[in-house]
Amino acid sequence: MSTGTGTPYRSSLRTGRDGFIHLLRAEWTKFRTVRGWVLALGAAVLVTVLLGVLLAAGSHTSCSKGPVEAPCPPLPTGPGGEAVEDKFYFVYRPLTGDGSITVRVTSMTGRIRLPDETPGVRNVVPGVVPWAKAGVIVKESGEQGSPYAAVMVTGEHGVRMQHNFTHDTAGRPGKVSGKSPRWLRLTRAGETLTGYESADGVNWAVVGTVRLARLPDTVRIGMFAASPGDLTVTRGGLGGLSAAVRFAEVTAVFDRVGLGGGVPGGAWNRQDVGVTTGFDGSPHHPGGFVESGGTFTVTGVGDVAPRADGSKIELPLTGTMTGLIVVIVVAVTSVTDEYRRGLIRTTLLASPRRGRALAAKAAVIGAVAFAAGLAAAGIVVPLGVRILRAGGNDVLPVAALTELRVIIGTAALFAATAVISLAFGALFRRGVAAVVTAVTVVVLPHILATTSVVPEGLSQWLLRVTPAAGFAVQQSIPEYPQVIGHYAPAAGYYPLAPWAGAAVLCGYAVLALGLAVLLLRRRDA
Amino acid sequence: MEATIEVAGLRKRFGKILALDGMTFTVRPGQVTGFVGPNGAGKSTTMRVVLGLDAADEGSALVGGRPYRSLRNPLGRVGALLDAGALQPGRTGRDHLLWLAHSQGLTARRVDEVAELVGLGPAARRRAGGYSLGMRQRLGVAAALLGDPPVLILDEPFNGLDPEGIVWMRGLLRSLAAEGRAVLVSSHLMGELQDTAGHLVVVGRGRVVADTGVEDLIAAASGGRVEVRTTARPEAMAALATAGATVAATGRDTLVVSGPAAERVVALLTAEAVPFSGVAAHRATLEEAYMDLTRDAVEFRADEGAVAGREAAQ
Repeated sequence: MSTGTGTPYRSSLRTGRDGFIHLLRAEWTKFRTVRGWVLALGAAVLVTVLLGVLLAAGSHTSCSKGPVEAPCPPLPTGPGGEAVEDKFYFVYRPLTGDGSITVRVTSMTGRIRLPDETPGVRNVVPGVVPWAKAGVIVKESGEQGSPYAAVMVTGEHGVRMQHNFTHDTAGRPGKVSGKSPRWLRLTRAGETLTGYESADGVNWAVVGTVRLARLPDTVRIGMFAASPGDLTVTRGGLGGLSAAVRFAEVTAVFDRVGLGGGVPGGAWNRQDVGVTTGFDGSPHHPGGFVESGGTFTVTGVGDVAPRADGSKIELPLTGTMTGLIVVIVVAVTSVTDEYRRGLIRTTLLASPRRGRALAAKAAVIGAVAFAAGLAAAGIVVPLGVRILRAGGNDVLPVAALTELRVIIGTAALFAATAVISLAFGALFRRGVAAVVTAVTVVVLPHILATTSVVPEGLSQWLLRVTPAAGFAVQQSIPEYPQVIGHYAPAAGYYPLAPWAGAAVLCGYAVLALGLAVLLLRRRDA
Repeated sequence: MEATIEVAGLRKRFGKILALDGMTFTVRPGQVTGFVGPNGAGKSTTMRVVLGLDAADEGSALVGGRPYRSLRNPLGRVGALLDAGALQPGRTGRDHLLWLAHSQGLTARRVDEVAELVGLGPAARRRAGGYSLGMRQRLGVAAALLGDPPVLILDEPFNGLDPEGIVWMRGLLRSLAAEGRAVLVSSHLMGELQDTAGHLVVVGRGRVVADTGVEDLIAAASGGRVEVRTTARPEAMAALATAGATVAATGRDTLVVSGPAAERVVALLTAEAVPFSGVAAHRATLEEAYMDLTRDAVEFRADEGAVAGREAAQ
């Protein structure tokens, strides 16, 4: 038994400092050495992928050609690669080189089919839908999806200049009538097109100037009319919403038509662009054109706009919520298990600076959840889209960067959810309470909002102010103001922009983690 | 860094219970310091405060002159075993040591060294959930030794060890101290520390009851008494009592004499021609010395409990 002090002990070990990088490595070692957690995370990937594949494999669409089934024709796509509606009545002349068209629109009327009041009897009433459009247009060709620029009057949105489907510039508001006609002019100079409007044909105002890249020398110039269908949204029995689109057409009257520049003489050509044909080959809801003494009456059905209906690339991500629940359980358990076993003390002995200890945990669980989300989305989005298309479904094409954003955004959704869950685990120190809370704030609002069991206004707010706002990163098709659609969470449209939604979620993650650090510092371990 | 633990005036209250009540002591390097006291005396709480896990209401606790929470490579400064059961059952013993090693920038080689040192053997690669308590204690000691620290704090390391394990643990603690480390070992059983601790900090009711070397403590408990073996007990008692000693019979042929030293007892018995077969300084066991010290503390606790019980009943 030694009693003296002797020489104090000198270690021969070269120990590093407790650098953050060491803590990260320690937390990673902790995570990977518990087989249950690794397997569970793998299961989160698997369940997300399987649910998506299952949904995709279960969807089939086919078109009929007479009595036989046939594959549907491919969706027309615009110059930007997006799917478009390109269906209108076109009255045109060829234009070579520079030139212009000037018209006066004196009337805009139409017909809308409403829900039948007497079964079997069509209930068609006069009316013009808000985004019915008629005006002057320069278009590369008669091909659907070809580049164009147009100046137009609309049902309720005044004068607009639009080009290449997704671009829309507002002119003067107001409706067209005989007392209040609109003069419209479109000039072409090389690739540059300028739209003008005037109330009297004397004083002109520029509506907008656009450039149509690589516009060929010879194009079409003329008048057009189109009317999108009338949208009605009704509440179903269980709080669900159903949206229906019914036939609508618009008829515009043009006079004082003037052409300038390289337009040859001769008759006007006409084309019912994109008209569908019935069983017998006759056009379904055809447009029309009547010329009488310098007055042109053009009737059109359809729209010239980006397309919003069709499957979206995020459809196969339907398993995200299930995957997230598994991630929540793993992330919560990775910290509450330490409390349950008393291991948190060992963790804090190794890293007495508690904020850093929890930050390292959060970084590791966030990183592994990110990897899981990346794997899941990176597999199921391309795979699901391929399966959907193989099943004859129209999947709205998106830019490669958008697809990448959906995939990486989903990974970030997994990561931020994991960090929130870990923070709850550290706050509550009880697994069940933390899991229930995390599911309640992240997953539940999304379920409530997208299944429309709550009113739509509330749905919108849930997806703005709760962590579920982060699901917005999965929306691939934006909301277009110039297209009437059912832009509801239930239809996959989120009230916040993708990265704004992600920012809300990440904000919550930071907040929860900060709170957890604060309490961890204060409490006895 | 100096290998010391300095605890000064620690006070901590958990609700109505005063867990630490002015706990003060210093642990020096080069010896095993036993930290003993009945259950609930504040041993574990003191250790948690020293290790920066719990915050004291008052007082300070320094390791090598610094608060634990300010240490940069803590496991290289202090090794601790608090709760051998604090393990993730699904993780192997080796992986448990591995993540701890990684947290300090140490390598897997050091992990294998300490696993070998504590005799974990092939069990290191089995899941910790299947370990016996003895195995867990060995793993906990390995974790404490991972950073080769100059200060060791072990809470009840003998718990769950088989006799062979206890012998091993005693040897390990002694050799660690002999290397110049400060070793603080808590126990509620004094016997476990026999032949191991060189110094004792005895606590009761949240404060230090005795802070002393083991030899001094035993001497004090022995009280300078002398044990006499004799076949002529009555004669011996008479002879010694006449000389002014206090004599008590402790057996059919044994007496314990207080007052005169052993030499004087031998002289007195020889002068009266009383036969005796042995005279020796009476040596109290560590257990007895400890019981003497903590008896009061235990009784106080019992009283307090009764009062608290009555209050709760009202």
